[in-house]
Amino acid sequence: MSAPKMRPLLLGVVLVAGFAGVWRLQRGIDAQIVSLHQEQDELVLRSGPVLKLMSLEYAPLLADLYWTRTVQYYGSKNTRAEHQLDLLWPLLDITTTLDPNLLPAYRFGSTFLAEPAPRGAGMPEQAIEFLNRGIRANPDYWRLYQDLGFIYYFDMRDYGKASSAFLEGSKNPKALPWMKVLAARVSERGESRETSVFLWNEVYNSTSDAQLKKNALTHLRLLRGQEDCEQLDALAEEFGKRRGRRPDNVQDLVNAGLIPGAPVDPLGFVYVFDADGFAQLNPASPLAKDQPIYQRPM
Amino acid sequence: MAGASIEIENLTKDYPFGFLHLKKKRSLEGLTMTVEDGEVFGFLGPNGAGKSTTIKLLMGLIFPTAGTARILGKPISDIEMHRDIGYLPEQPYFYDYLTAAELLDYFARFFDLTAADRRERVERMLKKVGLETARKIQLRKYSKGMLQRVGLAQAILHDPKVVILDEPMSGLDPLGRREVRDIILELKRQGRTILFSTHILGDAEMLCDRVGVIVGGRLRGVGAPDEIVGVKAHGMEILFEYAGGGGEPSRLLSGATRTGNRYRLQVEEGELYATLEQLRGAGAKILSVTQVKASLEEYFMHLVEADRAQAAAVEVYGK
Amino acid sequence: MSRAAVVAWNTFREAVRDRVLYNLVFFALLMFAAAILVGQISIQIEQIVIVTLGLSAISVIGLLMAVFIGVGLVSKEMDKRTLYALLAKPVRRWEFLLGKFGGLLLTLVVNTAAMAAGLFAALWYVKHPLERGDAVVLVAVYFILLKLALVVALALLFSCYTTPLLAILFTAGLYVAGLFVNEMRDLQSATMAPGMKAFLRWLSYLLPNFSNFDVMAAAAHGRAIPAMLAAQNTAYAALYCAIVLAAAATVFSRRNLK
Repeated sequence: MSAPKMRPLLLGVVLVAGFAGVWRLQRGIDAQIVSLHQEQDELVLRSGPVLKLMSLEYAPLLADLYWTRTVQYYGSKNTRAEHQLDLLWPLLDITTTLDPNLLPAYRFGSTFLAEPAPRGAGMPEQAIEFLNRGIRANPDYWRLYQDLGFIYYFDMRDYGKASSAFLEGSKNPKALPWMKVLAARVSERGESRETSVFLWNEVYNSTSDAQLKKNALTHLRLLRGQEDCEQLDALAEEFGKRRGRRPDNVQDLVNAGLIPGAPVDPLGFVYVFDADGFAQLNPASPLAKDQPIYQRPM
Repeated sequence: MAGASIEIENLTKDYPFGFLHLKKKRSLEGLTMTVEDGEVFGFLGPNGAGKSTTIKLLMGLIFPTAGTARILGKPISDIEMHRDIGYLPEQPYFYDYLTAAELLDYFARFFDLTAADRRERVERMLKKVGLETARKIQLRKYSKGMLQRVGLAQAILHDPKVVILDEPMSGLDPLGRREVRDIILELKRQGRTILFSTHILGDAEMLCDRVGVIVGGRLRGVGAPDEIVGVKAHGMEILFEYAGGGGEPSRLLSGATRTGNRYRLQVEEGELYATLEQLRGAGAKILSVTQVKASLEEYFMHLVEADRAQAAAVEVYGK
Repeated sequence: MSRAAVVAWNTFREAVRDRVLYNLVFFALLMFAAAILVGQISIQIEQIVIVTLGLSAISVIGLLMAVFIGVGLVSKEMDKRTLYALLAKPVRRWEFLLGKFGGLLLTLVVNTAAMAAGLFAALWYVKHPLERGDAVVLVAVYFILLKLALVVALALLFSCYTTPLLAILFTAGLYVAGLFVNEMRDLQSATMAPGMKAFLRWLSYLLPNFSNFDVMAAAAHGRAIPAMLAAQNTAYAALYCAIVLAAAATVFSRRNLK
C-alpha cells in the first residue's frame, strides 16, 4: 500500500491500541485510588450558606444535584452494608439550604436520619430539628407534621408530642382525616401495634420513593414477625404448662397439635426458639438482619 | 463658493498617543482646498501622508481637531448630507454572511426608495460592476477584487452627486483597474464630482482634472497634473538601434542607456537634429523620438525627499 | 427610527446565519434530554429537575450569547471596518447602536423561545397534561429575557470604547456583582466603618440588580409570581437599558474610528 492510503489505517490502529491502553491504565488507577481513600465520598464544602452564595442564581439546580447525590449516597451505603451514614446529615443540610422547598428531601431525610442503624443514621433529634426547619419553610405541607409525629412515636417514644404533631397537621384542610383520629388514639393509648402498622402502611401507600417504600415494607414485616413471635410465645407458654418445659423448636408445637404447620416469617423462614424458650426470627432470615441492633438478641 | 462641491478650510487632525494619551501626533495640518463641481480630483501622496485621514474627516468617521469642511454646501456634521455622497472605504470588508445582492439591498434601505426602485437599482449596479453571476454568493467567499467591486457598487447605488473613493484601485489586477477607470470616467460624464485618493501616479495622470499632493500631513501643491510639475521639458529622447560598424559614434554611445542593440539617448532640444544626423551617418536605425517631460513621479519623489530631510533636521536639531 | 430597524433586521439576519448559534441551541435541547434522564434517578423531583435544569440552560446559554455577541456588536464592526461604509450612509450613530441592540435582542428572543419550547416539551413528556400552574415557567423565561436585555446593553456600552477582552470582563464582572446587590445593601459586618456601609448601600442602588429576575425556585415549585413584580421588573429593565444605551450613544458619537 502506498503511504497516503496507509494513513487512515494507521490512525485506526493508533486509536484502538491507544484506547485499549488507556482503559487498562484507568483500571489500574481506579484500584490504586480505592486503596487510597477509605471513604470514596467526601464532602469538601459543608457550608450551606457558602454554597448558596457561590451558586449565583442557580441554587435550585445545585439543590437538585445535591439531592441526587444524597439519594445515591444512601443507596450505595445501604448496599455496601456499612453502618455509618455520617454524610447523610451534611448532604441534607446543604440540599435544603439551597432549596428550602425541596419537600422530598425532608420526608426522605427525616426518615433515614431517625432510623436506627443499620438502615439509618440513628439521629432522631436531628431529624426532628430538620423537620421543624422544613415546616417553617413549607408551613402548608401537612405531611411534614405526619413525619414529625412519626418520629416522636417510633424513635423518641414521646406519645404526647407525637399526638400534638398529628393534631397540628390535622388542622390543615388538605390533611387526611386519619390524622385527627390518630392524634386522639396516640394520646390515649400510646404505642400499639395497630397504630404502628397503620402508620407504616400509610407511608407505604403515600410515597412513590422506592427507598421509603422498601423501608416501610421492612418495618411492616418486622411488626408481623413481632406479632407472630408473641403468638408463638403464648403457645409456648401453653406447651410449657402441658409438658413442663418450653419447646425447643416449632416442630414441638406442631407435634403437640398446637399449630397445624410450621409458621414462617413474611420471607418464608421458619421461626425458632432461643435458649430461654422464647420465639424469635430465624437468624438465617434476612429479616433478622434488618432488626434494629438494640433489638437483636445477644 | 458657487460651483464647489467640496470646500475644506484649515482642516487639522491630531492623534493622541502614548501613556494616558498625553502626546499628540499631527497627521493633518491646515488643509485648505476645494473640489469643483463635475471635476475628477486626485489626492496624491505616499502612505501615511494624510489622504485617508482627510477622507475619513469628510465622511464623519473621525472628527477634526480644527478647521471646517462643507460638501455641497452642508457642513460635514450634517448626516443628511450623506444622501448625496457615495463612499468607498480603503480595503473594504463587508458582512461575511450576506450576499452581494443582500448587502446592496441593505444599504439601499437607508435611502427613501420604493421596494421596486431598490430592486432595480441593485440589479443595475451588480451588472455595472460585473457581479451579476456572483450575486447569490456570500461575501466571505469573495476575492479582494470582487470586494472592491461591491464597494464601488454600494458607493454609487443611490445616485450620489459626489463620489469619494479611498484607494479604489488597490488590490486590483490590470483588468480590474481598467474597469474602475472606466466607471470613474462614466461617472464624470454623468456630471458627478469625484474625489479619489491614490499613490499610483499613472492613474492620477490619466484620470484627473486636478490633483492635490499631500506629503507629511500638508498640502504641497494643487493643480492640473501638467501644471503642477511645470512643463519643464528636459529635452528629447532618441531610441535607436546600432549594431556596430560605420564610424563609431562612441561619444554618443557612452552617454546612452543600452539594452542589447538598442540605445536610449537624451539630448537638448537644440542639439536634436545634429545628433540625428550623426547617428544616421553611423548607420544607426532611428526607432523613435519623444519629448521628455518632468514626470509627476519626479516631482513627487522630490517632495518626499524634501519632507524627509526636514523631519530628520527636526530630529537632529530638536526644533 | 426606521433606520435603526433596518440595522436591527440586518444584525438579526447575520446572527442567524452564524452557525455557532445553532450549536448552542442544539446543546440546550440536549440538556433537556439529560434533564429527563436525571429526573428518573429520583422520580419525585423529575419535574423540578426539568424546570431547574432547563431554566439554568436557557439562562447560561443566553448569557453567553449576550456577552460574547454583544461585545462584538460594535468592536467587530470597527475592527473589520464594515462600519465605514455603513456610517457613510444617512444614518446617525445612535440609530446604528439602537439597531444593533434590537437585532441581538431579537436573536435572543427567538433562541430563548426555541429553548423554552423544548423545555415545555420535556415537561409535557413527564407529566402530561400540563396544568395552568406551569405557566409560571413562562414568566421565569420572560424574566430571563429581561435580564439578557440588560446584559446586552452593558456589553454594547463596553464594546463602544474598549477592547473585546476587557469588554467581556467588565460585562461579566458587572453581572456577577449585580447578583450580590442585596447582600451589599444590608451588609452585616461589625468591623466595617458606617461610612463605608453607607457608600455600599448607595452603590447597591446604582448597580444593576440581577437578583430581581431570579425566580427559578418559584418556577420549579409551581408558585405563582405576582403580576406586579413582572410589571415592575419590566419597567426596571427598560429604564436601566435606556440609561445604559444613552451612555453608549454618547460615547460612540464622539469616538474616532480607526
